[in-house]
Amino acid sequence: MVHNMLVVDVEKQLGGFAVNARFESEGGATALFGPSGAGKTSIVNMIAGLMTPDRGRIALDELVLFDRAMRINLPASKRRVGYVFQDGRLFPHLSIRHNLDYGRFMGGHPADPATFAHVVELLDIGHLLDRRPGKLSGGERQRVAIGRALLMRPRLLLLDEPLASLDSGRKGEIVPYLERLRDEAKVPMIYVSHDAAEVGRIASRVVRVESGKVTGMGGIELLSPAVMPREGGASSIP
Amino acid sequence: MLDLTPEDWTAVHLSLRIAAVSTLVTLPFGIAIAYVLARKSFWGKSLLDAVVHLPLVLPPVVTGYLLLITFGRRAPAGAFLADHFGIVFSFRWTGAVLACGVMAFPLMVRAIRLSIEAIDRRLEDAAATLGANRLWLFATITLPLALPGIIAGMMLAFARALGEFGATITFVSNIPGETQTISAAIYTLTQVPGGDAAAMQLVIVAIVISLAALMASEFFARRASARVHGA
Repeated sequence: MVHNMLVVDVEKQLGGFAVNARFESEGGATALFGPSGAGKTSIVNMIAGLMTPDRGRIALDELVLFDRAMRINLPASKRRVGYVFQDGRLFPHLSIRHNLDYGRFMGGHPADPATFAHVVELLDIGHLLDRRPGKLSGGERQRVAIGRALLMRPRLLLLDEPLASLDSGRKGEIVPYLERLRDEAKVPMIYVSHDAAEVGRIASRVVRVESGKVTGMGGIELLSPAVMPREGGASSIP
Repeated sequence: MLDLTPEDWTAVHLSLRIAAVSTLVTLPFGIAIAYVLARKSFWGKSLLDAVVHLPLVLPPVVTGYLLLITFGRRAPAGAFLADHFGIVFSFRWTGAVLACGVMAFPLMVRAIRLSIEAIDRRLEDAAATLGANRLWLFATITLPLALPGIIAGMMLAFARALGEFGATITFVSNIPGETQTISAAIYTLTQVPGGDAAAMQLVIVAIVISLAALMASEFFARRASARVHGA
C-alpha cells in the first residue's frame, strides 16, 4: 500500500531570514501557497536536496531524505524527487528528446518507449522532440520541463511556480496539462504558487506559508483572502 | 615559391608535432586545474593560482632553466622519471613538449576557467535532481557547456607552443631533427651569413600555420557556442 506521505519539518537561517516550516501532505496535489519571498522555494529546495536545512527531518513514507539527528542527508541525485523549476532549466546543449530522457538514463532505468510516448502525448510535445530548447516558447519549455521531471519516475514531483514566467494566455494553456498530470500520473505533487486562482484549479490541499512559517494547513478555503491574517498577524500563529 | 630543404621540413613537422602533443597532454590537467580554481575554495588557492600563472610572467629563459634543473637527466625529478618510467626529457623532443606545455598552461587554464565560471549553476542543480551524480554531472553538463572555452584554451596553447622559443632552447637546446622547431630553425638561419632567404621561407610557413590554426579554432568555437546556446 502506497501512502505517499511526505513529512517536512525543517529550519534554515538564510541571512536575516528564517525558514521554519512543518507540514505533512498525503498523495494528490498539495499547494505551498503564500506571497513572494515567503520562503516557499527554499522549502522545496530543501525537499529536493539542493539546500541543506540547519535542523529537522524530511521523509517520504519510510524513506528518510534528511534527518539532522540521524545524520542522514541523501544527495539530490539519490532522492528521485522530480523538480519543475520556474525557469524551466532545460539543458541548452541537448535536444528536447535527450532532455526528456536525461533522468531515465541517469537513474539507470532501461528505455521505456511506451511511457515516453505516453508522457509526450500527455504534454503534447511530440513535434518538439528533435529541436533544441533555445527556440522554444515559454509554454513549450515548461511542458518539456514537466515531462522531463515526470520521466525520471519521481517519488514526488515539486513544481515551483511553473507558470510564473508565462503571460496569462500561456498560463491558461498549461493549466489543463497540470490537471491531467495530477489525475493521471499518480505521483504526489507539491505545487508552489502565490496565485490563488491557479492553486484552486490544481491543488486540493493547501499549506499556507508566510514569512518563512507555515500559517495554515487545510483545504482550498485557505485561499480566500478573508482568512488571510492581517499584516503582523502571522507571527502570533504557532 | 616555397623551396624548403629537408631540414626545414623536419623543423616544420617537429613544431607541429610538439605543439599538438603538448596541447593534448596538457588538456586534462588544464581542465582539472581550471575546474578547481573556478569552483573550489581552499587554503592556498591564491598560491596555486599564482604558480599556474608564473610561466606567463617569468622570463622564458628562467622557466627553461628551472625545467633543466628539475627534469634534466641528473636532476632529481628527471632521474626518477627516467629510472622508473623510462621518460627522458633532456635534449629530446619530449622535453620540448614539456617546455611548451608549461609555457602554454596559464593561457589554457585561464580560458577554460572563465568558461566554467560562466556556466549557469542552476542547470547543474537541475541535473542533480534528475539523478546525475557528480561525475555524470561533470561529463554531461559542465564539460559540454564549457566546450567553447576548452576549444579557445586549446587554440591558445597550440599557438603558444608553436611560438615558444626561450624555454625550449634553454631546456632542450637546438638540435636539428630532435628539438629544433620552426622558431629555433629561423633563429639559427639568421645567425648564418646569407641565411635570410631560407629564414623567410620558414617565416611564411609559420604565418600560414598560425592563420590556419586561428581560422580552425574560430570555426570550432562558433559551432560549439551555437550548440551550447541551444540554437
